[in-house]
Amino acid sequence: MSPALRFPRWTFWQWVFALVMLGGIYAAFVRYTRGLGGSTALSDLFPWGLWIGFDVLCGVGLAAGGFTLATVVYIFNLDRYKPVLRPAILTAFLGYLLVILALLFDLGRPERIWHALVMWNPHSVMFEVAWCVMLYTTVLALEFSPVIFERFGWHTPLRWIRAVSIPLVIAGVILSTLHQSSLGSLYLIVPHKLHPLWYSPLLPVFFFISAIAVGFAMTIFESYHSAKAFGKRLPMPLLASMGRVLAVVLLVYLVLRGQDLWRLGALAHLAEGRPETYLFSLEIIFMLAAMLLLFQRGTRTSQTRLYFAALLYIFGFITNRLNVSITGMEAASGTHYLPRWTEVMVTLAIVALGFAIFRFAVKHLPIFVEEKPTARLEAELAPVKG
Amino acid sequence: MAKAILFDATKCVGCRLCEVACAERNHLPYDETIATEEQLSAYKVTAVQTCGAHFVRRLCMHCLEPTCASVCPVGALYKSELGPVVYAPERCIGCRYCMLACPFQVPAYEWNSRLPRVKKCDMCVDRLQQGELTACAQACPTEATTCGDRDALIAEARRRVTESPDQYYQHIYGLEQVGGTSVLFLSPVPFEQLGMRAHLPQQALPILTWRALAHIPDIVLVGSVLLGGVWWITHRRDEVAAAERALKEKEKKQ
Repeated sequence: MSPALRFPRWTFWQWVFALVMLGGIYAAFVRYTRGLGGSTALSDLFPWGLWIGFDVLCGVGLAAGGFTLATVVYIFNLDRYKPVLRPAILTAFLGYLLVILALLFDLGRPERIWHALVMWNPHSVMFEVAWCVMLYTTVLALEFSPVIFERFGWHTPLRWIRAVSIPLVIAGVILSTLHQSSLGSLYLIVPHKLHPLWYSPLLPVFFFISAIAVGFAMTIFESYHSAKAFGKRLPMPLLASMGRVLAVVLLVYLVLRGQDLWRLGALAHLAEGRPETYLFSLEIIFMLAAMLLLFQRGTRTSQTRLYFAALLYIFGFITNRLNVSITGMEAASGTHYLPRWTEVMVTLAIVALGFAIFRFAVKHLPIFVEEKPTARLEAELAPVKG
Repeated sequence: MAKAILFDATKCVGCRLCEVACAERNHLPYDETIATEEQLSAYKVTAVQTCGAHFVRRLCMHCLEPTCASVCPVGALYKSELGPVVYAPERCIGCRYCMLACPFQVPAYEWNSRLPRVKKCDMCVDRLQQGELTACAQACPTEATTCGDRDALIAEARRRVTESPDQYYQHIYGLEQVGGTSVLFLSPVPFEQLGMRAHLPQQALPILTWRALAHIPDIVLVGSVLLGGVWWITHRRDEVAAAERALKEKEKKQ
């Protein structure tokens, strides 16, 4: 019994994390030794699978809190949202790093990821995506850097970064707008392949609006979990008002989607009893339920109900991205795609890594900070005035 | 002059000599098993398919405005002056967007390689440059596949269709599909029956994404001005409020 006692006491989730990471490392080994053919269910008929559909499309979307909250706090000058800004920036920064990690799995020649820097094709949406990823990750690193500088008390770089904070935020918002919408634009080129329930000339607009919404939903999600994990008080009035904004954005999104489906005459497909119909309905039901709940005052003022509603929308968002990238592309491809265990394992490991790094950062860096707003505001304004 | 290939399904006897010649020219393996595979793949850049009583070839269509070239982020695919759509493997990062985007489902990938490349017909571009025929056209014993200037081949196709209306379905495939292709097809039956996409738009596809990409400068300019403007207004309010407060305090002290 005595050796067992000396073994570090791991919590349930630490065990889960260790197992998932081990699985992920093995899956990575399989991916790089056997190539994409030996590690994925992808084929000539179905060249994009889970790694693009979830890791990239959802990963970038779930990172949207970084630019929505930066807009609210810096551009609209709503200082009271500051407590949730840093966690949102951290989520976004982590999200983008993990998207790049996922790309290193999905690209056939990952060691050439830098090619887009020097080999240009401005007619390609993928080229735009590549540049947005590179530039916005840089912006996020800079937006996140004050946390590191504060932690180690480096005052000079802190002054520098504050001096450029507003141009930086504006650049970040524009890059995000371009990037979120361009992920939808990727599918504009396949009108003959993507199912009419999802294909629309407005795809980039839909991707952008749903990303704004998921930015708020993710902020509610991570605030709730961080509060639970670290015994912190939830800034409920803030989260409640974000819940209301989320409801309004969802209303706009759903009305636009419905109107667009009507205009393109795609609603007739709802009468067909096909997988596309069911998965489309699932996506819409998630979003509709989240919206209806969030329009009720009772949902917004209750921690768990607000969290549950945000989670419902996050599910709806993920379903939408997977529907566009997988469900909607299957019929025309003439094949069936079901991800292999390696694809699932890598995805799980990347998600687990995200949770672990977030937790580590919150523990060791000033992410959730209580501060005097006026002093902070002056510090922020000083370099701009001078 | 832009070169093209004309495939006439009324003349094809399904001998697969084009497949043999193509494999040889591209240094790809070819045996009896591969001969029975009727799909394009990383080791088969042209395939003869049996469709009922007829045979049809599958190969890169060499679009006049190629979708694959427009979507490639690193310009690894391009339309050459002679007509072929050519792949530069040393640029390719393996994102496979070309495969997703191709309206004819042509590009194949070396899935089982650790250093994979996209594989597709390049219309024997080196042979064309030297004034030779493509390997498939040279090998075809029945002139089902012919190679030449696109304009001359279109005239020839029109002649066949009008002179023998009972033998041909009255359409030249590739004349208008997605803005026109450098590989043209004639058939005795409607093209759906040969497993070909009949409902492709006449307009080239790259415009679909270009319309969205063309908004980038507007978004950047209008976005910066708008965000900067809102920022200026919201912070001006704070500054004014702070100045008024300071003024009041001064008055109180006096």
